[in-house]
Amino acid sequence: MSIAWYLAVSAIVFALGALGVITRRNPLVVLLCLELMLNGGNLALIAFSRMWGNGDGQILALIVMTVAACEVCIGLGMVVAIHRRRLPIDLDELRELQG
Amino acid sequence: MSAVLFFLAAIGAISGAVGVVMLRNPFYSVLALVGHLASLAVLFLLLRAEFVAAVQVVVYAGAVMVLYVFVVAYVGGEGDSIGERLRGPLHVGSGLRLGGAVLVGGLLVELLIALLGTGLEAVSGYGAGYSPGPRTYGTPAYIGRLLLTRFLLAFEIASFLLLIAAVGAVVLARRRRGLDEDEGGEPLIGVDLLRRGEIGTMAEGVGRRPS
Repeated sequence: MSIAWYLAVSAIVFALGALGVITRRNPLVVLLCLELMLNGGNLALIAFSRMWGNGDGQILALIVMTVAACEVCIGLGMVVAIHRRRLPIDLDELRELQG
Repeated sequence: MSAVLFFLAAIGAISGAVGVVMLRNPFYSVLALVGHLASLAVLFLLLRAEFVAAVQVVVYAGAVMVLYVFVVAYVGGEGDSIGERLRGPLHVGSGLRLGGAVLVGGLLVELLIALLGTGLEAVSGYGAGYSPGPRTYGTPAYIGRLLLTRFLLAFEIASFLLLIAAVGAVVLARRRRGLDEDEGGEPLIGVDLLRRGEIGTMAEGVGRRPS
């Protein structure tokens, strides 16, 4: 398969993730859709790494996975904190900072 | 062979992504994301990124998704849970159990291919040349060499980032009950003059002071 096919899959996954981030209101699902976007980026990185035959893209993909793990950690901590304070788990309701 | 595997994995990845976005129950969204990650690991294998594929299956589809499942179970999604389905009518439950067994088997096969690495010799593809061996493209030895030489700074920054995220998650998700009134006790060291009572200690976390 040529690299373009992989890039097409990566673009579709990224677009689906962005759609989910925009449309869903449950913060857990929004975090999952952020994961989708990061995975789309990872696939493109590894495809380009394969195209050029060096490992830089793979290292960058590993770093992206680390950042995604940190983001999940903090995001889920915030969801648990919201749940502890008996606030609604809904991004449209949580707008105290909006002014 | 390569094309068939690519299309199967791509269809799996895209349908997993659609499932994450479309499914109402967050629990099913997490399960769809696990399927998506497994399909993506197959794509990584086709691109000769064996180490990244193994990390994807072990760390991402394993550890991170378990964290998600715990939080979804703690916070609680709407709709029927998978536990009720398992205890429900027999045919539905056995189907789910069979699906779980198939998923586990698929993940095991994928992980074995990633670890053995040379199993993909027969798959042809475009891109740079590939010959399996200890120090060729995509193997753990190659990635480790790069991480500890050219990308040492990125590696160290990533480790600091993980440490900060772990501490931050503990601080965010801890229990804040506060302490009883009665601020007793004399300040023992200079730091005690700067903070009130036992703020920020384990005593505040559990809501009572040590006796």
